[in-house]
Amino acid sequence: MESCNCIEPQWPPDDLLMKYQYISDFFIALAYFSIPLELIYFVKKSAVFPYRWVLVQFGAFIVLCGATHLINLWTFTVHSRTVASVMTTAKVLTAAVSCITALMLVHIIPDLLSVKTRELFLKNKAAELDREMGLIRTQEETGRHVRMLTHEIRSTLDRHTILKTTLVELGRTLALEECALWMPTRTGLELQLSYTLRQQNPVGYTVPIHHPVINQVFSSNRAVKISPNCPVARLRPAGKYMPGEVVAVRVPLLHLSNFHINDWPELSTKIYALMVLMLPSDSARQWHVHELELVEVVADQVAVALSHAAILEESMRARDLLMDQNVALDLARREAETAIRARNDFLAVMNHEMRTPMHAIIALSSLLQETELTPEQRLMVETVLKSSNLLATLINDVLDLSRLEDGSLQLDLGTFNLYAVFREVLNLIKPIASVKKLHVSLNLAPDLPEYAVGDEKRLMQTILNIVGNAVKFSKEGSISITAFVAKLDTLRDSKAPEFLPVLSDNHFYLRVQVKDSGSGINPLDIPKLFTKFAQNQSTGTRNSGGSGLGLAICKRFVNLMEGHIWIESEGLGKGCTAILIVKLGMPERVNESKLPYMPKMPTNHGQTAFPGLKVLVMDENGVSRMVTKGLLLHLGCNVTMVGSSDECLRLVSHEHKVVFMDICVPGIDSYGITIRIHEKFTKCHERPLLVALTGNTDKVTKENCMRAGMDGLILKPVSLDKMRSVLTDLLEHRVFFEAI
Amino acid sequence: MDVVNQLQRQFIDYSASLHREGFLDDQFTQLQKLQDDNSPDFVVEVASLFFEDCEKLINNMARALEQQQGVDFKQVDASVHQLKGSSSSIGAMRVKDVCIAFRSFCEAQNREGCLRCLQQVTHEYSLLKNKLQTLFRLQQQILAAGGSIPVVE
Repeated sequence: MESCNCIEPQWPPDDLLMKYQYISDFFIALAYFSIPLELIYFVKKSAVFPYRWVLVQFGAFIVLCGATHLINLWTFTVHSRTVASVMTTAKVLTAAVSCITALMLVHIIPDLLSVKTRELFLKNKAAELDREMGLIRTQEETGRHVRMLTHEIRSTLDRHTILKTTLVELGRTLALEECALWMPTRTGLELQLSYTLRQQNPVGYTVPIHHPVINQVFSSNRAVKISPNCPVARLRPAGKYMPGEVVAVRVPLLHLSNFHINDWPELSTKIYALMVLMLPSDSARQWHVHELELVEVVADQVAVALSHAAILEESMRARDLLMDQNVALDLARREAETAIRARNDFLAVMNHEMRTPMHAIIALSSLLQETELTPEQRLMVETVLKSSNLLATLINDVLDLSRLEDGSLQLDLGTFNLYAVFREVLNLIKPIASVKKLHVSLNLAPDLPEYAVGDEKRLMQTILNIVGNAVKFSKEGSISITAFVAKLDTLRDSKAPEFLPVLSDNHFYLRVQVKDSGSGINPLDIPKLFTKFAQNQSTGTRNSGGSGLGLAICKRFVNLMEGHIWIESEGLGKGCTAILIVKLGMPERVNESKLPYMPKMPTNHGQTAFPGLKVLVMDENGVSRMVTKGLLLHLGCNVTMVGSSDECLRLVSHEHKVVFMDICVPGIDSYGITIRIHEKFTKCHERPLLVALTGNTDKVTKENCMRAGMDGLILKPVSLDKMRSVLTDLLEHRVFFEAI
Repeated sequence: MDVVNQLQRQFIDYSASLHREGFLDDQFTQLQKLQDDNSPDFVVEVASLFFEDCEKLINNMARALEQQQGVDFKQVDASVHQLKGSSSSIGAMRVKDVCIAFRSFCEAQNREGCLRCLQQVTHEYSLLKNKLQTLFRLQQQILAAGGSIPVVE
């Protein structure tokens, strides 16, 4: 062996071991060289890599390591000093780079690690968001279901449809196994199974309402989970599997009777139905919160829909009822109208048909009376006349009563002689009274005015009726009629609180008392007296006659005259007193009287009623002038005749008491003469009374006369009797205007 | 006495017939009532006056209506008015009724109508005059025979 400059290896080269080392070094170097290549390749490929120069460092480190191992290959055999130096250089470099890299990594690795942490954090966040998204989607879907359900429920107003739809839709939305509705029974003590989802016709299966679970559900407005063993939940036959969870919720039912607007949020009387929902039995599903909320909302909606349906039902029923009532009322009204019309027709017919023969009888009988008759015949005719008059009165009574009830009767007001009315009644009643040997006395108070304004005919009818009754019901004794002006204290009757008399200057109250000593009346029967057709049966009415209408009519007449009528009696057999108060008017100064025929005044033929009364007659027409003169001469007057106004003015003097002027003749200005006569005679008592004679029956003439200052007006033709009574009236009252 | 009774009965019948046929009305009866011992011929006097008046008025009306140029209806109306008054005073009902119709024609200024009414009035008047004269003759006969004129109610 030669001596060389190479470095002696430590150990003598062992062949196998050396071979293996040689190969490993070779492969290490290969790997070391390829790793950076890979790194570069992949980094180039990736978009983001922040630490480039770390990579360079790392690459350098690895390359140098590789180089070291590669150079190591030559050191296995004898190698020169150059190789050793290269080796050493490479090792030194490697050491330097690796130390630098190690130092660098201390900074870099925490960064890399934090990246990882952030990545983990973001991933968690993403998962959470996903979950929430899922929730929101579920809720939105629930909302959609609720809206759809509500729409379905509210689209109909029919109760059954509402409930059925609710169950169907809920079942579909929540994928329920069973859904049932329990309604309270009429008694309110039980719940009855009314509707179910799966079973078509639920049998009337009831459960008492006072169950703790039911109470629990009713007391809260949330959906409550209940045990599947609860009676309301035992709807399906028990299966092999665990029954699914059950939820119950209350559905408030509104009744119209307890629907108050003010109480709307809190119901006054709480009636609930129960809705039970069951999840499918073999699923592990649980009730989620959003599902419970859905159920609650639906329950509320159902309540509202049901209440609307109930209100609608109620209003439809009320409307039908009203329509029926309307029809019935219409019918009744038409029937009433028919009845009234029938009655009016009947009355009209009766009026005419019955009055016509009556008229014939009365007229002919009175004519018969005028002829020459034997006394017997006269008596017969008089009886016929009296009876027919009575019958006529009866007909009039009935017609009057019906008109009174209609309210269509009106009083014929006029001035009349009050004293004459009483005298007339007395005269009419005296014959009958004397037959029965009853004594009738009339007592008129001195302060009773002679003239009054009222309905003379009906007043007489009333007084006659009362007096007639007194006579009728008295078998013996006496009848006394008293009449006086009623003062305020005598007007009030405790039995008639609604009669409130009012005194005024224009009116006075006439009080008439008719006292009889007859059979009297039971005080209990008194109220019935004035009802029509009601007769007092106990007083032996066989011979009383009458229709029972008399007093009823009297009462109505008295009422029309704003008065009051009543009867007092102390009992049977003690007689009775009829008291009548009517309101009459005071007559004015200008006396407007109807033709004052005093029926019972005997006609004095040829009697000179006005001896020597100086009158002046002015008439252009010769014939009528002569007729008037004849009339006045016949009455005993001293008549001066003139044919023109000038003559009239010339001849008129204070000796003439009355001047008759014919004013329907054109050409004579009667009004002018009147004024001039007024001027001529300044003193009132010297002036003659100026009376117009006219054939004109219009009010204008009358008004003109009154305005011109005339004292009287007479309508032509003037009969003898008329002239007589006119003159009488005229001279007494100094004024006389005939009623036109 | 028989004669008187007969005459009286005749008188009553005739009077009644006059009333029935409408020639006379109640007013005439009233006039008859006015006849008494003081004025025994009252009715006859009134009747004569009426006849005079009537003739005068009818003549007036005839003359007025004959006017070819412009009939003075006012004058005619005045005459009719007088006639109406007289006839109603005496109780001549038919004459009075014609007068009423006459007046309306006058107001309407209907010459034809007026002429017709005038004719009617004349006719009625002459009828009435004859009847009344017959009546008065009967009255005189009764009085001559010694009876009294019966009062017809």
